[in-house]
Amino acid sequence: MNFNLQWTWFHRLGSPRWFYQQTQRWLPWLAVATLALLVTGLVWGLAIAPPDAKQGNSFRIIYLHVPASVVALAGYYIMAISGAVGLIWRIKLSFMLMRSAAPIGAALTFIALVTGAIWGKPTWGTYWVWDARITSMLILLFLYFGVIALRHTYSNNEAADKAGAVLSLVGMVNVPIIYKSVDWWQTLHQPATIKFTGAPSMHPDMFAPLVVMIIGFYSFYSLALILFARAEILRREYRASWVKQLVSNQPAEK
Amino acid sequence: MHPIRKQRLQIVLLIVVASSVAVGLMAYMLGQNANYFFTPSQVLQGEAPENVTIRAGGMVVEGSIARSTDSLEVSFLVTDGMANLRVSYSGILPDLFAEGEAAIATGQLDQQSVLQATQVLAKHDENYTPPEVADAMNKAYEMKQKEKQQQYQEGYE
Repeated sequence: MNFNLQWTWFHRLGSPRWFYQQTQRWLPWLAVATLALLVTGLVWGLAIAPPDAKQGNSFRIIYLHVPASVVALAGYYIMAISGAVGLIWRIKLSFMLMRSAAPIGAALTFIALVTGAIWGKPTWGTYWVWDARITSMLILLFLYFGVIALRHTYSNNEAADKAGAVLSLVGMVNVPIIYKSVDWWQTLHQPATIKFTGAPSMHPDMFAPLVVMIIGFYSFYSLALILFARAEILRREYRASWVKQLVSNQPAEK
Repeated sequence: MHPIRKQRLQIVLLIVVASSVAVGLMAYMLGQNANYFFTPSQVLQGEAPENVTIRAGGMVVEGSIARSTDSLEVSFLVTDGMANLRVSYSGILPDLFAEGEAAIATGQLDQQSVLQATQVLAKHDENYTPPEVADAMNKAYEMKQKEKQQQYQEGYE
């Protein structure tokens, strides 16, 4: 037993019940923070930030496009790492998070592709091209769709979880490819404006609301992930006594 | 860590490494073929295939745009700093098409090494600047150029 002692905290963290009860308290704060950040970022970005010298006002779609893309990529890592933790430690909550991350990530990738197309028409002169960045981003969408679809192909949860986790892990290599595609190949899509090293190639007045929007999207992602995971917990743990109690208590409170 | 979990961790790492190597090799194999366009020097050195539709892109050379007076015919040079490629196109150009900006043309090379384009796309760079700042920067640039010219002329006098 002594061998397992150091890992008990980890397994407690992976208890769906513990997660459900803890997040109950986080939700209102997270919701307020998300709303505040997104409203501030949108008003600042769409109305207050100066227009671009060349593109005019059409550049403002960046305030949706970039945050959605950034979080769609980060969300894939969250999904894949949750899947890996589930595979290794067989933690149910981990698989639940993986499943919850897939539809949110797919939605964000879709937003990134659609806003990019809308911006592409007036800027490039076309909605769509098959360059390395856009194509690899489309592959990301299909990977998310694959993980969502796999859950419905198995009748038993355990097999579906394992298959989903393996697909998530296999697709993980696509994320750095998307990120570096604009540097490795000649693409129609421009290189990154926000760089890991060095200053962003964007005026500070335009960059500040973008940062607010990116933090806002991360906050929104956390909120959505928690809500999806809570629903998943109730769906899967419906036989557990604490869920039965929770459900039976609900009407009594009213 | 429990030996079974250690084994599972190894399997997970194997999946990640194996898929990364596989996709990495594919990306390496794609190499230059995954480029969306050729640069003018690639085209003029014969790296682009002949008699098929290709895309070529670069910066539109300042003062090189020649428009026809009675049609939508337009001709311009694109450059990558090393070589210039003439592009001929008939149609409406995108709003952001301008001298000194990047553009990508799709078409076939003719005998005179002119790209007969069927489509021209504007390629935007990663820089975003408010108009006032851009104006100020342009003015500062012009001032500097004038100063340089004056110094140059004074040097001769």
